[in-house]
Amino acid sequence: MGSEPGGCALRRFSCELGPLGRPDGSAAFLQGDTSVLAGLYGPAEVKVSKELYDKATVEVMLKPKVGLPGVFEKNREQLIRKTCEAVILGALHPRTSISIVLQVISDAGALLACCLNAACMGLMDAGLPMKSLFCGVTCALDATGAITLDPTAKQEKEARAVLTFAISSVERQVLMCTTKGTCSVEELQQCIAAAQRASGAIFHFYRDSVRRKYSKT
Amino acid sequence: MAAAAEAGALPAEERVGQVVLPGDVLLLPSHPEADGARLWLGPGAALPGRLVCGPGLRSCGAGLLVTKGGLLRHRQPGGAGGGSGGAYWVDSQQKRYVPVKGDHVIGIVTIKAGDIFKVDVGGSEQASLSYLAFEGATKRNRPNVQVGDLIYGQFVVANKDMEPEMVCIDSSGRANGMGVIGHEGLLFKVSLGLIRKLLAPNCEIIQELGQLYPFEIVFGMNGRIWVKAKTIQQTLIVANILEACEHMTAEQRTQAFAKLSER
Repeated sequence: MGSEPGGCALRRFSCELGPLGRPDGSAAFLQGDTSVLAGLYGPAEVKVSKELYDKATVEVMLKPKVGLPGVFEKNREQLIRKTCEAVILGALHPRTSISIVLQVISDAGALLACCLNAACMGLMDAGLPMKSLFCGVTCALDATGAITLDPTAKQEKEARAVLTFAISSVERQVLMCTTKGTCSVEELQQCIAAAQRASGAIFHFYRDSVRRKYSKT
Repeated sequence: MAAAAEAGALPAEERVGQVVLPGDVLLLPSHPEADGARLWLGPGAALPGRLVCGPGLRSCGAGLLVTKGGLLRHRQPGGAGGGSGGAYWVDSQQKRYVPVKGDHVIGIVTIKAGDIFKVDVGGSEQASLSYLAFEGATKRNRPNVQVGDLIYGQFVVANKDMEPEMVCIDSSGRANGMGVIGHEGLLFKVSLGLIRKLLAPNCEIIQELGQLYPFEIVFGMNGRIWVKAKTIQQTLIVANILEACEHMTAEQRTQAFAKLSER
């Protein structure tokens, strides 16, 4: 259908590992102008009503920039929680809780993907056992079917459909997919392929960030 | 973007000393004859050494799966091991402590309930400490432990399925330095990697600090350090140096010590 831009057209991203002193792990992820701060606590004490006998209870709290968290945030929290649960080895810490608190610092498009990236970096900073890494990639389909990766807020508003994927680092499997708008099955497959290609750049960046953190010690 | 540096499955020896991320697979040198289903007997069969899979690694089909991000380390087996023994582990920086059997930790007594004390060790659950687990304690002669006291002890039970239990005596019944820590001094928290660095043999930081002022120090593997020097000011100085030396290089440390010893 439409042609996609050659290679990955992701905005510039940067990340800071461990900016916060109090949580067990923290990360600040910046994608273009979208910025999210993640704080991780775990494995910590859990209320008896929420404890699971065989694995860790993962909780995600997404705090918007202004106002109280609403239904939109609850929906995003569940998506992020399911992705993290698929990746964290919860069976190693039964009857504990792993809490991820995400604070939106600025939102300029591709917010869910930025939250996923910040959560993954935070999980690594906290030293929680994971079977793979994951990253978030957003695709926007405009009226002609052209795919734009990592859209800005304006591109998201004008797009016919906005799809967000969580891609795992092991064989680029798709962990989570959420769509807003309409698209055909072929377009969905093309978006998945484009997102998988772009995720390579993000995983490369993760590796560089962790190398930089360990080179200081 | 060139993804050439993306590591798929690489042999474990090549990655020692490098940063590994969760999801990386490390291939182990496999013996071509070694087959899981067969048992080779006879004088000609090579005996593979036992490989220990340390923290941050899990064994998967092809080799070892990395579960925590950090530097990969390897230790050769001592003595009559072969080339395929030894231990691999991942050195990662973490703040949260997970109880491990045999670790010596500093805990804070939170509840005194009948026969046991509940001790907060910084993990997901509080550890239980029986009142008989002190040197010279009997049913008539109870130890003098109050809520809020600091305890230095070791874990006898610590796994993911059970509540951790700690004791203040070693296997022969002697205290060996464990027990209630005195009421003065300062307790503060550092990251687990720093504790391991400080407890390594011939750590220069402690030797240099010892030349500055005399002090008493207790390290808990759960990231807690207790310090007591002659005056409160000296105690605070020692505590600040220990907290800061995680982020300082060796030269910055010598500069800081030089500035302090002038005073």
